[in-house]
Amino acid sequence: MVTNMNPILLAILIVAGLGLAAGLVLAVASVVMAVPRDEKAEALRACLPGANCGACGYSGCDGYAKAMAHEGAKVGLCSPGGEQVAAATAELLGVAADGVEVQTALVHCGGCEEFTARKLRYEGIPTCAAANQFFGGDWLCSYGCLGYGDCRSACEYGAIQVENGLARIDPALCRGCGLCVKTCPKSLITLLPGHTKGVVRCSSHEKGALVRKACKVGCIGCMKCTKACQYDAIHVERFLASIDPEKCVGCGACAETCPVGCITIFGKDPAAFEEKLPAET
Amino acid sequence: MNSASLFAILIGGLLVNNFVLSQFLGICPFLGVSKKLNSAVGMSLAVIFVMVMATAATWPLYTFLLEPNSLGYLQTIVFILIIAALVQLVEIALKRFVPPLYNSLGIYLPLITTNCAVLGVTILNIDKGYDFVQSLVNALGAGLGFLLAMVMFAGVRERLESADIPKGLQGLPSTLVAAALVSLSFIGFQGLFGL
Repeated sequence: MVTNMNPILLAILIVAGLGLAAGLVLAVASVVMAVPRDEKAEALRACLPGANCGACGYSGCDGYAKAMAHEGAKVGLCSPGGEQVAAATAELLGVAADGVEVQTALVHCGGCEEFTARKLRYEGIPTCAAANQFFGGDWLCSYGCLGYGDCRSACEYGAIQVENGLARIDPALCRGCGLCVKTCPKSLITLLPGHTKGVVRCSSHEKGALVRKACKVGCIGCMKCTKACQYDAIHVERFLASIDPEKCVGCGACAETCPVGCITIFGKDPAAFEEKLPAET
Repeated sequence: MNSASLFAILIGGLLVNNFVLSQFLGICPFLGVSKKLNSAVGMSLAVIFVMVMATAATWPLYTFLLEPNSLGYLQTIVFILIIAALVQLVEIALKRFVPPLYNSLGIYLPLITTNCAVLGVTILNIDKGYDFVQSLVNALGAGLGFLLAMVMFAGVRERLESADIPKGLQGLPSTLVAAALVSLSFIGFQGLFGL
């Protein structure tokens, strides 16, 4: 295709023609192949808090909204959003809102400075993850809270404070998203259902004598609580007691017999979680 | 060079003339997206895909439109135009028709719209005088070479994460030093096949 056209004009024509063709193709494609907007999911998404914490079990608020709109995911899985979000999303979907199980995170350790001691002076990177790699941290108990506040950094709601080397979660601020649960290198934090009436504030699986040496408020696995409980709610496994929240009625018999005082009973109000730390009882 | 076998071209693109480590093209995604293995693989797959598509589009264009009109000097501008439009078109089409593929490759596609590795492979195909099939194989080899470099370097960087690096060298400096060392190791492939 050799022409006698002015070479400059030909170059301009060809490049302009290609540009025009590409532009037209794209313009047509964007109209023809437009993805239909997902109005249902967008409306649901607008109701969600947008923290993208993943407490619902989906990839984030967008993922949960899509799952609710198309895959029949349950409403009320959003723990940070609570009742309000559950009601709003239920109304949009036209289903009945089941009650939201409010969850609160709790640190299963009571070993602050007064009750335990350090086995070494740690001067490394001041995070729990780094300290944990170094002989399991600087405390005598290798199961306990490291106190460098990785959970505090993870918390979106400012609910966690570290005092005397022990992380404490303010139940009034905690939204139960579970970000701290994933962060703790010692796996000390769990999400407790709202009806929990009692917890064992220790996570040590060491034998009793070793726990005694390391910490004054550690569970020694003596089984006294198991015998005291009339409701078969507390059991000792590998030298550590744990309470089944479904069976516990909060009578407090176990807490009275516990020789180290590591059991906390707080009745029906989870807001009392922090008021009855072993330190204060 | 026209006689080079397809296998030799493939190995040449993959190892001897590795785009990232021997020709230093496509360094920005190489440094930017190589922090995690997952995203490195996703990015590389997108690059392979776009390289082959771009070659399939630009080679006929050059051979049948630019060359006969002695407009070869326009190849850079025209290729950029075509590649950019092509990538956008592919992105739109993927979003509409293959959402799973879009979810895994989609976010990387806009990043390589004007990537120099993609432009480089299309121009080198022309410079070396490859025919259509040879060009496609070369593009595939170059893309696989990109994947190899990305995966290797992502592994190196994941190890670097836990290393105790002096403060002045943390971050980009140590990454560049590591990239230089990895690149140095690829000099060992020079002379293979005499390509």
